[in-house]
Amino acid sequence: MAATAGSGRNRRLVWIWTGLIVVFLYLPVVCGLLASLNQGRYFIFPIARWSLRWWDKTINSIEVSILIQTSITIALIVTAISVVLAFCGALAFARYNWKGRTLFQRIVLLPIFFPQTVLGLALLLWFNMLGLPLSWRTAIFAHLVWIVPIVTLVISIQVYSFDAALEEAALDLGASRWQVLKEVTLPVLWPGIFSGALFAFLLSWGNFPLSLYTTGADTTVPEFLYAKMVAGYTPGVPTLGTISTGGAALIMLGGYAIVLLARRARSGR
Amino acid sequence: MTTADASEALPPRAIARRRLRLRAGPLLSLPLLLLLAVGFLAPLLAVLGFSFSEPRSFALLAHPTLENYETIFDPANTVYMSFLWSLWFAFLSVCILAVVSYPVAYGLAKLFGRWANLITLLMVFPLFISENVRLYGWVLFFIKNGVLDGGLRSLFGFGIGDLLFTPGIIVFGMVYTYLPFMLFPMTLGLSMVPQEAVEAAGDLGASRLQIFREVELPLSLPGIIIGALLTFVLSVGAIAESKVLGGQAVIVITHDIEIAFTYAQNWPLGAALAVLLMLVVGALVLTVLRHLDLDRILGRR
Repeated sequence: MAATAGSGRNRRLVWIWTGLIVVFLYLPVVCGLLASLNQGRYFIFPIARWSLRWWDKTINSIEVSILIQTSITIALIVTAISVVLAFCGALAFARYNWKGRTLFQRIVLLPIFFPQTVLGLALLLWFNMLGLPLSWRTAIFAHLVWIVPIVTLVISIQVYSFDAALEEAALDLGASRWQVLKEVTLPVLWPGIFSGALFAFLLSWGNFPLSLYTTGADTTVPEFLYAKMVAGYTPGVPTLGTISTGGAALIMLGGYAIVLLARRARSGR
Repeated sequence: MTTADASEALPPRAIARRRLRLRAGPLLSLPLLLLLAVGFLAPLLAVLGFSFSEPRSFALLAHPTLENYETIFDPANTVYMSFLWSLWFAFLSVCILAVVSYPVAYGLAKLFGRWANLITLLMVFPLFISENVRLYGWVLFFIKNGVLDGGLRSLFGFGIGDLLFTPGIIVFGMVYTYLPFMLFPMTLGLSMVPQEAVEAAGDLGASRLQIFREVELPLSLPGIIIGALLTFVLSVGAIAESKVLGGQAVIVITHDIEIAFTYAQNWPLGAALAVLLMLVVGALVLTVLRHLDLDRILGRR
């Protein structure tokens, strides 16, 4: 074992480096939080006067609540549709052996390996050609094109660890296709489907490049924040940014807690 | 591993089931393929069509022409600079990311044990924050009188002024934004390296560096290649970093495309630029993906 995992010093260096990366990843989030607590309109560090004024303003703003409603509506519908499509897609991706499978796998990856801004502009052009008026509905479709492949990958990873013999056994015991799906497949794949749903919701909630070109007159939270960053900064911008981040964190931690509790409950039985 | 292939001498019921299974794959792939046909393939074909339409027109292929491509390849046009900047930024980002992510990926795959889940969670989460919001946090950090400058000023009495609006800060932003996309494929790749191989090399007297070069690196290469490809493609098509952090000091190619589509109202020109970018990205992605066994990379647990 001596040479395998490196010496104690190397181990410590890896830990320290990882710690630094975590700080690196979250430093801008902390900066946003600091800027939102600044009383004055312009950010000067160190902060001379702290205040919750901008939080008060943001939370009570009708404009902001409409933005959040739009973003949540889009994210919820995207989640529902993408889980269904990606569940089927993941079974085709990882569960069944069929002739076109490797080709299918590569096709599914293409939208992920594609610049989102270009995809957004291409969809803008396409909707325009079809004569579709742009609104939050077209944005839902745009999000789906990018999010369904990602959710398919997330669920596929779970499907790979799925023992196909379970389904076979249930069929041998006389269960119908539908019963097998309900009693065997879904319960076993549930954690993958659940994390897929979380991914779908959160990726849609935070998406900017696709929303920018496809929402038309409707505005999502990231779009609004970008417009204000370019022109018309107030500490309300980092405030709403922090609220949006905090909401995503709550949803992710809540989801993680549910998975942990469910796992504990199952192993406890 | 996914399905058993031995089917000789099976009872009729099993054969019927096997037939159903063969049909199940294509059937289940259909909804997703349909979505991608309407939402991915068709829009890209529309872009391709528009790139051969008359400049500044909004009608598809009324009078097919190569004018847009001629404009781009005209030596007087400096749009090639945007292409070069984007490729250069993407190249730098991939190199830096490979070095920065490797120790973390190694830790996640081999060292962190029960902490690995929590650390993965911490690394995934920033993906769910809009990149504008995160990059704006860096603006607040680097701007004059911001967290860095103001902090230094109050501690040591001197600041370093404004660090924004340079090509370097754009690369910094890309490294920041795309770190998870390098990290996770790399971790998958490294967890494919069997511990026995590393131990065997160690027992035979290989040094740490030799183990890395001769065992770990080659065996984890598929994951690293996916990470590099993903981060390259995303950085080549990135726009937020140069707009938010770079203050448009450098116009990257996606920015040129966006300008053509929006302010300039010249869709055919924007479409032609997009087609060229898609060619670069597509050629890279298709070449690399053809040589990778996705089942092996994703299926190993």
